[in-house]
Amino acid sequence: MKILYFSSVREAIGLAEEEVEVPGHVRTAGDLARWLSGRSEGHARAFADLAHVRAAFDMALCEMDTPLGTAREAAFFPPMTGG
Amino acid sequence: MIRVGPEDFDPGRELAALEADGGEAGALVSFLGTVRVRSEGAPILSLTIEHYPGMTERALAAMEREATRRFGLTGSLILHRVGRLKPGARIVLVGVRAPHRAAAFEACAFLTDFLKSRAPFWKKEETPGGARWVGAKASDEAALARWERGA
Repeated sequence: MKILYFSSVREAIGLAEEEVEVPGHVRTAGDLARWLSGRSEGHARAFADLAHVRAAFDMALCEMDTPLGTAREAAFFPPMTGG
Repeated sequence: MIRVGPEDFDPGRELAALEADGGEAGALVSFLGTVRVRSEGAPILSLTIEHYPGMTERALAAMEREATRRFGLTGSLILHRVGRLKPGARIVLVGVRAPHRAAAFEACAFLTDFLKSRAPFWKKEETPGGARWVGAKASDEAALARWERGA
């Protein structure tokens, strides 16, 4: 699965994207974030407080309890600040 | 019409085109957002806007469709710049055409409220003290609640 990171999440992790093999026990966006947080200190820092992280599956915003389903791309980022 | 990219735009020309293309509308309302000169007292040296290519365009198109449906728009445009911008630079232009002014004002407010916190853009301000990501404000979410109640 392709994982994208933006803004402060990208900077904490030090990567804009990576390709990962997601294990079967990862069922939701929140599970994915918690599993990714084990990959490095930067990941752990980025996902330390999921209340301040937003997620998208296949370019659609989702909640942390949204099931992974058939998503091929996931993205994690802080609350958005457009306009 | 949606356009996202680093290029500057000419609001006069863009709004004239929207005006000409507005069908039988009797109103045009627009919002132009620019880079502020100061942030919490400190001068802003630059504002860098990051986005999620692909998702940004999708999110903006969905907002535009929803505004068109809700407010009966006869035309609209959302232009948003990305990359490193100087103080005073144009960031965003929203323009809407509607039969009457009330719907046009409402639609413009609806789009700018959703742009603020539901389109994947992130702003980083550079001041003499360093660079920092601009945080989302509770008031941004409160602004959205108004539209969700009215859905």
